[in-house]
Amino acid sequence: MAAASLFRQRAAAALADPTLQAALARAQDGFVAKRARALGALPELERMREEACTLKDHVLANLDRYLESYEAQVVRRGGQVHWAPTREDACRIVIEICQRAGARLIAKGKSMVSEEIGLNAALEGAGLEVIETDLGEYIVQLAKERPSHIIAPAVHKTREQIAELFQRHHGYRERLTGVAELVADARMVLRERFLSADVGITGANFLVAETGSNVIVTNEGNGDLTCTLPRVHIVTAGIEKVVPTLEDATALIRLLGRSATGQEMTSYTTFSSGPRRADDRDGPQEYHVVLVDNGRSEMLGNRFRPMLRCIRCGACLNHCPIYAAVGGHAYGAIYPGPMGSVLTPILFPGGTDADLPNVCTFNGRCQQVCPVKIPLPDLLREHREIQYQRGITPPRQRWALALWGALVRHPRLYQILTRWVVGALGLAGRRQGSFRYLPFLGNWTAGRDFPAPQGPTFQAIWRKQERTRRNG
Amino acid sequence: MVEGRDSILGRVREALGRPAQPDRGEDGLQGPARPRVYARPDFGGDPLDRFAEKLTAAAGTLVRIEAPDGVPAAVATYLGERNLPARMAIAPALRDLPWPESWEVRFGASAGGDRVGVTPCFAAVAETGTLVLLSGPETPTTLNFLPDHHLVVVRASQVVGYLEAVWEGLRDLPNGVPRTVNLITGPSRTADVEQTLQLGAHGPLGLHVILQMHGG
Repeated sequence: MAAASLFRQRAAAALADPTLQAALARAQDGFVAKRARALGALPELERMREEACTLKDHVLANLDRYLESYEAQVVRRGGQVHWAPTREDACRIVIEICQRAGARLIAKGKSMVSEEIGLNAALEGAGLEVIETDLGEYIVQLAKERPSHIIAPAVHKTREQIAELFQRHHGYRERLTGVAELVADARMVLRERFLSADVGITGANFLVAETGSNVIVTNEGNGDLTCTLPRVHIVTAGIEKVVPTLEDATALIRLLGRSATGQEMTSYTTFSSGPRRADDRDGPQEYHVVLVDNGRSEMLGNRFRPMLRCIRCGACLNHCPIYAAVGGHAYGAIYPGPMGSVLTPILFPGGTDADLPNVCTFNGRCQQVCPVKIPLPDLLREHREIQYQRGITPPRQRWALALWGALVRHPRLYQILTRWVVGALGLAGRRQGSFRYLPFLGNWTAGRDFPAPQGPTFQAIWRKQERTRRNG
Repeated sequence: MVEGRDSILGRVREALGRPAQPDRGEDGLQGPARPRVYARPDFGGDPLDRFAEKLTAAAGTLVRIEAPDGVPAAVATYLGERNLPARMAIAPALRDLPWPESWEVRFGASAGGDRVGVTPCFAAVAETGTLVLLSGPETPTTLNFLPDHHLVVVRASQVVGYLEAVWEGLRDLPNGVPRTVNLITGPSRTADVEQTLQLGAHGPLGLHVILQMHGG
């Protein structure tokens, strides 16, 4: 159970870190407000969500066919498709492509799959230099950290911390202070790297079977420089990213930007299909796609299939009270927040923090805001059930659950017991109105008082009311 | 890599409860049928006005001109307002416009040193104020991203209501979908430093549309 306490340790540290708390508060407010503004003015929203959900379910039910037709279209346009069952396979394939191309410097656009497979460490281990070009990812790379949010990797960093990183790594005597200066500085430093990179690696928000295209949805333009300037373009993508046609991609694009950043369209949405054509004046000479499974085919066959609808918008993170309180790093996983707590135990079955499915209040906000209607609370409950069956749930919790289960199966006993306990507590707490400490509820009363019950139990009131109604 | 392919497709088919080597002849798809036409934001009024409004909301700028020969003057105005020199990279597709002799213009791709790039577009979308640019020998993609200022000539007849109309147009092209289709909605931006919006992250910090009301 050593892993189980890690979330709690990290969460406690995060709660006690005022800099992090300030950064989180700012981000949460911004994301929630922007999404609400973009979706408030959209009467078609519910139908769009419903249809997006149907589309994804349709693709998943026919995933083998769409993957095959996608592959055929990529090949027809002169590209190559590589299939990676595991993380290790994916890294090996990318390294081999880079080595065959005689590459030294790799420019990367933002890709959560590349984080998932641990690509940067693998490339560096093979003696290649890797530079992240999304500003947030670049900041996180300089800080030798992981992204703390799937669409805003450096959301946990303040301007001062970023300024300090740039000063140290770019070798300046003076420290930059303004946001505009910092962005201009990164632009200048990274522009030079773009122009000298041999290979560009991007992710894919969608893969279009009809045209063999990968779609990237971005705001900075770094993804476009990454897939246009270097000699070789490599796309890393999960197998669930495929959609049948351009219209299907469009339906999801309409939801993605709105859900993620409150934008109807991001600055850049780019469809790349194959290498440069015969007469083109720019574009890469080689185009490779690495399709990553890493647990996805397993999810397709079990109760977690709905999770494969996820389009990685981050709305569930932005609306989660737990994420808002502790930030992404506390999860100790590549994918944080509600979607991460569902994915992590499946994608990383070995070293997973057993607490992840349990750090959820089931308030249901994530499901309400999910553009593809993933029942995230239900899936987290599934994980808890699996933990219980496998004996991962701690003994004290198991006893408590067993006791609770026995009680609710015997309503008469339950009523007598609750009436007695509530009566006793009400009597004992009459003077103070609340308890500063209660046995068995130490964790609760450590942070707040427990209010003393006022009057009889709900069931008692209900019965009395029913009696009065029948008699009256 | 054949093993990887067979392994993944095999596991996918197993998960879906299909035979390992499905019968090629049978073409029926399983599961729910997906929508043929998707719900999308409804809007009324003039598509040109909607396009201008949405482009401006995304921090782009726009000027209307009458005919193609007005393009160089519109470019000159943009440069003058921002104190930019008359030196630029232009998409070869716009070679035949009456560019002034005194300007330093180059027709071709960008290598990173250009402050200004001028390109045509394939279409523009009223729904979101989006420009659609295709790669090709006459319209290199680097012009859309490397210059600090991207000026785009749009003919009024190229403005469509929704992206779906663009896809139909793409399918009709003799060579099909080109290497790159860029949907561009406003200049480059980032909010990665303290969620503060900043334009000009890696791509252009200015996106200016020259909307040509008449002429081919």
